[in-house]
Amino acid sequence: MTAHRSPAVALERIAKKFGHVVALRDASLAVAEGEFVCFLGPSGCGKTTLLRIIAGLERQNVGVVRMAGRDVSHLPPSERNYGIVFQSYALFPNLTVARNIAYGLEARRKSRHEIDGRVAELLDLVHLRAHTQRYPAQLSGGEQQRVALARALAPSPALLLLDEPLSALDARVRLALRQEIKALQRRLGITTIMVTHDQEESLTMADRIVVMNHGVIEQIGTPVDIYTEPRSRFVAGFVGHMNFLSVVADARPGWSRLGALALRHRAAPPVPAGTPVTLGIRPEEIIVGSGARDAENRIVGRVAGLQFLGAFTRLRLDLGDSAPPLECDLAMGALAEVGAKEGVELPLALRADALRVFRDPTPPAASDA
Amino acid sequence: MPAIGPVEAARIPTPVVRHRLDGERVLRGALLTGFALFLWLFVGYPLLQVLWRSLLDNEGQFIGVANYVRYVRTPAIAASITNSLWVSTAAMVLTVTLAFVYAYALTRTRMPWRGFFRVVAMLPIFAPSLVHGIAFVYVFGNNGILTRQTGLNVGIYGAKGIIFAETFYCFPHALLILVAALSAADARLYDAAAALGASRLRTFLTVTLPGVKYGLMSACFVVFTLVITDFGIPKVIGGKMSVMATEIYNQVIGQQNFTMGATVSVVLLIPAAIAFAVDRLVQRRQYSLVTSAAQPLAPGRSRLARALLFVYCATIAAAIVGVYGVIGVTSLVARWPYSFAFTLKHYRFDTIGGYTPLLNSLEVAALTAVAGTVLAFVGAYLVEKCRTIASGPLYVASILPVAIPGMVLGLAYIFTFNAPGSPLNRLYGTLALLVLSNLVHYFTVPFLTATTSLRQMDAEFESVGASMGVPFWKTFWRVTVPIALPSIVGIGMYFFLNAMVTLSAAVFLVAPGTELAAVAVLLMDDAGDTAQAAAMSVLIIGSGLLVRLGFWWLLRGITRRTQAWTATPSEG
Ligand SMILES: Nc1ncnc2c1ncn2[C@@H]1O[C@H](COP(=O)(O)OP(=O)(O)OP(=O)(O)O)[C@@H](O)[C@H]1O
Ligand SMILES: [Mg+2]
Repeated sequence: MTAHRSPAVALERIAKKFGHVVALRDASLAVAEGEFVCFLGPSGCGKTTLLRIIAGLERQNVGVVRMAGRDVSHLPPSERNYGIVFQSYALFPNLTVARNIAYGLEARRKSRHEIDGRVAELLDLVHLRAHTQRYPAQLSGGEQQRVALARALAPSPALLLLDEPLSALDARVRLALRQEIKALQRRLGITTIMVTHDQEESLTMADRIVVMNHGVIEQIGTPVDIYTEPRSRFVAGFVGHMNFLSVVADARPGWSRLGALALRHRAAPPVPAGTPVTLGIRPEEIIVGSGARDAENRIVGRVAGLQFLGAFTRLRLDLGDSAPPLECDLAMGALAEVGAKEGVELPLALRADALRVFRDPTPPAASDA
Repeated sequence: MPAIGPVEAARIPTPVVRHRLDGERVLRGALLTGFALFLWLFVGYPLLQVLWRSLLDNEGQFIGVANYVRYVRTPAIAASITNSLWVSTAAMVLTVTLAFVYAYALTRTRMPWRGFFRVVAMLPIFAPSLVHGIAFVYVFGNNGILTRQTGLNVGIYGAKGIIFAETFYCFPHALLILVAALSAADARLYDAAAALGASRLRTFLTVTLPGVKYGLMSACFVVFTLVITDFGIPKVIGGKMSVMATEIYNQVIGQQNFTMGATVSVVLLIPAAIAFAVDRLVQRRQYSLVTSAAQPLAPGRSRLARALLFVYCATIAAAIVGVYGVIGVTSLVARWPYSFAFTLKHYRFDTIGGYTPLLNSLEVAALTAVAGTVLAFVGAYLVEKCRTIASGPLYVASILPVAIPGMVLGLAYIFTFNAPGSPLNRLYGTLALLVLSNLVHYFTVPFLTATTSLRQMDAEFESVGASMGVPFWKTFWRVTVPIALPSIVGIGMYFFLNAMVTLSAAVFLVAPGTELAAVAVLLMDDAGDTAQAAAMSVLIIGSGLLVRLGFWWLLRGITRRTQAWTATPSEG
């Protein structure tokens, strides 16, 4: 293997519309070999459409799809060499687990012996050895999911496409299968693209996340990147929680004003004083209690509500009428230490290096930033 | 970010990136073209021929709407319109009322013999329509047994006879729809009504009737269409009363006036088409009414009501059995109603040269079943799974045949396949054309059945196959067909049974050597060979029942085999 290989999948300026509905605009992306990429976004943002265009099940209006450097835009699905798992699994109900998995192999003129060997291998891979002769209707949801995965992997495709593979499962099975799929993908080193609208799923599984909104790719980056450096307000709000404060830019670069209060924030491209901008800070980045006393960006918040969430507690803090309430996460120990109770006023500090600046999207024409 | 709308969409070019042409796409295109060609050649083009011919005179000169003017101005012919509307409406009201009470008894009570009553009520499906008319003649006609025994002639020939015989003939069709509608009732509504202290009558008026409103309407349309397009019954029992279906026959066969036949045909298309269109609209709305959360209703148990309903059902069942009893006895006695000595001589069919018509009918029915099942299922597959711009028009063209009365179809085929100098003429007078006319005449219901069963399947089966390089026809054969097998068997049976009893289109298309059993019944009855007509009817009904049994057995085997797939997930 050489170091400089073409990306396993490259999309160049893909656009797709259904009648007057624009499903995708100008989507470009490169997926490296062996990489696990998630398409993440709200319902209707075009994730499935993009996946189906890669699969050749939908045809784009504009743009090029490349696989391993080769332009496959004109190839039918059968010549693109991928395996796919649909949200519904689409298992063939009239075929046993073994025949389902063998389905793609039988088309390849392999000997019975070879096929049986490969099927057994895959059954082991997804831990379904005991269920070989069952029909899909006799399996649980999670087991069906694994059969679908095995069926997609059986012909040893170069690419694995998953469209919300876990969304039909209940929460516990979903968690277990997340691990299992990820481990399997690592072991096989297969390039994988998964569609999901569950941000937690994408954060835990993906090497890189492609955040989409309204048919546009908003940001591409590692989970840490996306979480810590969201490029837009949409990404910040969609991946994890974020508090937003509407402020105006101050004359001093790196400062802004929330009413009478001056706040220092992360370095950002300067804007003219008085321009409305939005500051964002994650709930766990707010310093509460004694630690806040001599920090900068100090404010006082009154506890308006507590929401116990297991490992931590989410406080709702009123800042008076100048701003919407802030959400702030505290671990159990810290909670007792600061004595947070409803009605209590707490000193807070908004760390300057945690305060991200987002240009407000209000004027529609200026969105190309 | 900018709003996305038509302006944005305009910036994206409309043509999509084309995929390379491969074997699969070529085959798909070829199949679609073939299907479209079939529908054009055997539905669209013949219909246009009828339309066109109604605008010509018998010399082939274009005369505009002159035929239509003559139609409504000639009282003897014009009467057929009002007669048709009157008997169809009367038979519709009578049939739906009788069938509704019967269906109510079957679905909403625990009265004994429900299974038996249900089976008996289905018997008329196995007989050509005219058999019911003939049975009435044998009992109430001038030489009927009742008339002979009591000297009382009820004057059965005319509207009275048509209406009663049609009621028998249409009863099972209405019953099937109403039983389905009444079975889908939601028990929670009844509980709510009872909790509110509603009386039985009030519950019936406010809950039961609205719940089956669409079922009732559907039953009405079906019966109305069946009656107005039926030819057999008015032919044998109508006497001097002319309805539109018999008028077409008279004009074409009696007077060789093809253009007037075409004119009456076009007019007959109108009520059938309206009934069809309204029914489609009604059915679309019905879907929103049935929720999956509906609770099945536990049948009520008032003893008096049960007893009354039992007597009611027993009476109707006895009447139906009586009709077939009369036919059976007539075929087995020397000379009904004068000499009741047992004989099998009527089963020799001397006057029509033996069993050729029956064998022809069986052959045509079997071919129709096989070819029809393939065509309806593959056609539905192409329309449903190969989405193209042609899908919409093909769908409409596929459900259109149900609105074409058999007589009109038959006449259309004369125009199309018996035109001088046309290469299509080679089909005329062959069994193949009879098969084709059956395919078209009975195409819609199987097509819709197949469409429904395809829509219930996962939409991604083909995509999964394609992703693994499995061609679509393989997935079709290995997955789609096995899953749909119960529907496919049902479709085959539907085609077979209908092809066995059909008369209307066939009456124009049979030729020496290709006589069909139902046509033979008509001809023998016309010629006064009533006993032989009865014997042939018995054989038609008998073979229909046998085949139905065969299908039932086949279906049981299939169900047993497919039970494993449909099992609920096992625990652990
Ligand atoms: N076959 C189609 N015909 C018309 N419009 C379509 C079609 N498929 C998708 N769309 C539209 O394109 C847009 C993107 O759809 P897509 O299925 O890609 O969304 P998604 O991100 O996968 O959403 P979800 O999370 O709900 O699955 C939606 O507005 C959808 O209504
Ligand atoms: Mg989707």
